Amino acid sequence: MPMLEVSDVHTYYGNIHALNGISISVEKGEIVTLIGGNGAGKTTTLRSIVGLLKPRQGHIVLDGEDLTQYKTHEIVNKGVAMVPEGRGIFARLTVTENLDMGAYSRKDQKGIQQDLDRVYTIFPRLKERRTQVGGTLSGGEQQMLAIGRALMTHPRLMLLDEPSMGLAPLLVESIFETIRSINKEGTTVLLVEQNALMALSIADRGYVVQTGRIVLQDKAAALRKNEMVRKAYLGEE
Amino acid sequence: MQQKTALHVHKPVGTYRYVQIILGVFFSAYLLWRLYVVLIAHPAYGPDTWLRFTIDGVVLGSVYALIAIGYTLVYGILFMINFAHGDVMMLGAFGGYFVFEALGAYKVSSSLSFLNAYPVISVILAFLAGMAVSSTAGYFLEKIAYRPLRGAPRLVPLISAVGASIFLENAAQLLFSTQRWDYTNPAVLNRGAGWNIHVGQGTVVVTYTGVLTIVVSVLIMIGLYLLVKRTRLGRAMRAVAENKSTAALMGVDVDGIISRTFIISGVLAGAAGVMWGIHLGLVYYYVGFIPGIKAFTAAVLGGIGSIPGAMLGGLFLGVVESLGPAVLGISFQLKDVIAFSILVLVLVFRPTGILGEVLSEEKV
Repeated sequence: MPMLEVSDVHTYYGNIHALNGISISVEKGEIVTLIGGNGAGKTTTLRSIVGLLKPRQGHIVLDGEDLTQYKTHEIVNKGVAMVPEGRGIFARLTVTENLDMGAYSRKDQKGIQQDLDRVYTIFPRLKERRTQVGGTLSGGEQQMLAIGRALMTHPRLMLLDEPSMGLAPLLVESIFETIRSINKEGTTVLLVEQNALMALSIADRGYVVQTGRIVLQDKAAALRKNEMVRKAYLGEE
Repeated sequence: MQQKTALHVHKPVGTYRYVQIILGVFFSAYLLWRLYVVLIAHPAYGPDTWLRFTIDGVVLGSVYALIAIGYTLVYGILFMINFAHGDVMMLGAFGGYFVFEALGAYKVSSSLSFLNAYPVISVILAFLAGMAVSSTAGYFLEKIAYRPLRGAPRLVPLISAVGASIFLENAAQLLFSTQRWDYTNPAVLNRGAGWNIHVGQGTVVVTYTGVLTIVVSVLIMIGLYLLVKRTRLGRAMRAVAENKSTAALMGVDVDGIISRTFIISGVLAGAAGVMWGIHLGLVYYYVGFIPGIKAFTAAVLGGIGSIPGAMLGGLFLGVVESLGPAVLGISFQLKDVIAFSILVLVLVFRPTGILGEVLSEEKV
């Protein structure tokens, strides 16, 4: 049984039919990526999974439990973390406070401390800046903070929305390296990216989203060779 | 997509800017001239009177500050002005009133009531009752009048707030009639009684009720500061104020935090109501109206959404309102005019207030 099963989900923004029957599945331990153009429905899919948007139809099942009945904070407490698009750093909270927010509903002081040490080991930069407020960090540091904060919720499943957005190529690479190592340590990852090449290079499997539908799904390696993907998303002739 | 709108602060350009500068210079010059007249040329009052005005202003200002924080907390999280906040304060004032009445009627000996036998406990009980009543009112106000409108255009909850305010005033009128009720303080807290301080040729009475008001107000503000800065709840409140959906992604129950924000504003308003009763002595069904609007002015003056701004704005407004008529040489009955002129001036010249700031993009 897959860890996350999204089946035939329809989500609307007012009258706009944004997701037109999306179905994806994520196995435990995988990195799965959703690629597609602007407005295809990638972000909407993630927001539907965490309950920031309520699907009108369809099911989202995490380890056998339907998530659509829960509010966002309850879903997060079930082990789903999301690094939102644009990072969503609390600009007026310090780095430490931002990380503490990630551990908001946890009570296990020991586990929190371990995770905090882990985040500081992965991102030593954050430790250097721990008393600074979030708004003063650079884009790359904010992305590290957003990922670190998501790790502080100790997720089983981590959703990442455009982690490469607005970052220099070198930074993008190191962020993706981090995502891969987080995955190796046991967190399942669902990754949304416009940078399809990078996403497919670390993912196990991928889905191509167009106008609220899945138009293609395959192993990441196969997608990289696919004619249509190469033309549309990898910018090759 | 989530709609991202920056609240653009009106930036005056061209001639409008010059009009502002000319008006600003004119106002300042007039004020300086008036200060010269009343202080040096034709001293209208001795230093003792000035000190009395200032103390009165600080006392009143600390009450305004407590109420203003309630406006600012709610605005910081929901971006709406809770126009029923003054009436929440009124309910708290009545809560304290009934405690004093009940304790005054309860005799511990043939001649001594509980109220006068244990004044400290009585005052504490009155404050607790006022806070409890107001915070309950605030909690249900949010649940009934605002929560169903979450996600509606911003004008809608505002109209609901005005409606809730009218409802609360009329409900209070039904319950307590239109009579003005005398707040019966414990005897040691008699209004007008206090320490005499000699200043120049005169004496100034620093009233016990005034000192009580300032002390309690400062204590509550320190408590609020610690709550917001140091506790898990405070951190969650700040996170929700900055970005609701990200806060939810951290596992924060956003609706729960909003409820608690209304409860906290209610606690402050309740304390303010009891202070109002103890210091000024009368409560009635619309007693919250004027302090409510004044505190709103104070919150705007300080920069709505900013807690230190609300404290500063409240104190400033109280002092200005108290000194203003004397400085400008106008009737003391015009003090409300001064307060609301300040509201207009702030909205024209500096809509963000003293400590206000441009809202970040993620907000709203």
